[in-house]
Amino acid sequence: MPNRNPQLNADGALTHLLTLEGLPPAVIRHILDTAVPFVGIAEREVKKVPLLRGKAVFNLFFENSTRTRTTFEIAAKRLSADVINLNIGASSTSKGETLLDTVDNLVAMDADLFVVRHAQSGAPHLIASHLIAKGRTHVHVVNAGDGRHAHPTQGLLDLYTIRHYKGDFANLTVAVVGDVLHSRVARSLIHGLTTLGTAEVRVIGPRTLLPAHVESMGVQVYEDMRLGLANCDVVVMLRLQNERMKGALLPSAGEYFKHYGLTMDKLAAAKEDVIVMHPGPMNRGVEIDSAVADGARSVILPQVTFGIAVRMAVMSILAGA
Amino acid sequence: MTTGLPDAEGTLHELVERMRPAVAYDAAFVGIYSGGAWLAERLAREIAGDHPLGFIDVSFYRDDYATTGLKGGTKRSEIPFDVTGATIVLIDDVLFTGRSVRAAINELFDFGRPASIELAVLIDRGGRELPIEATYAGARLAVARDQNVVLSRDAAGRLSLGIEPFRAS
Repeated sequence: MPNRNPQLNADGALTHLLTLEGLPPAVIRHILDTAVPFVGIAEREVKKVPLLRGKAVFNLFFENSTRTRTTFEIAAKRLSADVINLNIGASSTSKGETLLDTVDNLVAMDADLFVVRHAQSGAPHLIASHLIAKGRTHVHVVNAGDGRHAHPTQGLLDLYTIRHYKGDFANLTVAVVGDVLHSRVARSLIHGLTTLGTAEVRVIGPRTLLPAHVESMGVQVYEDMRLGLANCDVVVMLRLQNERMKGALLPSAGEYFKHYGLTMDKLAAAKEDVIVMHPGPMNRGVEIDSAVADGARSVILPQVTFGIAVRMAVMSILAGA
Repeated sequence: MTTGLPDAEGTLHELVERMRPAVAYDAAFVGIYSGGAWLAERLAREIAGDHPLGFIDVSFYRDDYATTGLKGGTKRSEIPFDVTGATIVLIDDVLFTGRSVRAAINELFDFGRPASIELAVLIDRGGRELPIEATYAGARLAVARDQNVVLSRDAAGRLSLGIEPFRAS
């Protein structure tokens, strides 16, 4: 295993995107800046640019996610890449071996870029390290979500959305609300926000859904939602996964909504021009009320549109490295 | 190092004089970032007619992406008129290999099918690698291949020309 950051090549350029943790702020800003001109591509008669013409992008999804896979597929197609979708159920035996054998086979088919979604944390990192060890520096990996670890393109599209509506991070108070413990989205966003110098990052949720040492990520912890939302510029709601109800973590969906569901009433504690974000898919009536989700402060659908441009930026930066 | 370089404002005046009698009254002016964009704004002001303005960044259409990758500072192309059926004058500061113009023409066709495209440049420095010629040029000059001709604009909007050692851009 190489001991330098495997995401950066010898010249310091981004060659794999595995996590936002530890990325230099200039690299994150470069991705966000590059996404800006890509937003306009969707408004053209031909919604394509020829940057990745002749390149093969493999969507390697070991865990189902139609939405994320689709946005990567659209992004790659708008860059004129050839896109191959592989939905691989994780096999029960010798996962590591199988994973790297699969990768070697696809590299032999001239894959240029892997978009990897895996239920196990670290799987994209394993693939990237394998490619580096084999000297395949022209093949790139994008983490599309691994276990509880990271979902860097979601974090980047959240950062893009915040910057689009609010400008510089240095004056902002951002609250991330809900199941931070199980959320790779929250983890990536928090790393991105602190790297870019956000004035204050808060997490709001019941202690059972917050990581044990979440304060070490540079955030303020609030168990009371109204106190946590006070004077916020940005509120990011997290999806409450239904399976969390079955364990001992939460009493019921109704009880959760009462304390941590975002309603217009609770939102009134935030700044008047607050924006409300959600990575989707939403559980209406569990973590967010429809009046908020469909209301004037919601930027949930623009997030989806920006997400395609951000993924185009990431893929075109990696493939050019 | 500006010996032999013409004055940018004077050259722009020459370009205006050449374009004025020939350019369609409703031709759209599309400038290639960044020098061409400054010129497009000036030309639209100085040449009578109804000239919709557009700006184009050819970074996503360049032919050297595979070797140089994407650099920072790519701008969003803004073409706020219907390209299909439009008469377009593409505007750049310096015409050299012709590769930027090739990229710009390709990009314009992704917005629609123009009726025609002309090319106006401040400086034609020779050295073409593609069969592309300027319809209008402010000045033609010979420059060594390892030198770049660079257009700058000061705070007051005045244009000037300079020479730099060649950087792939």
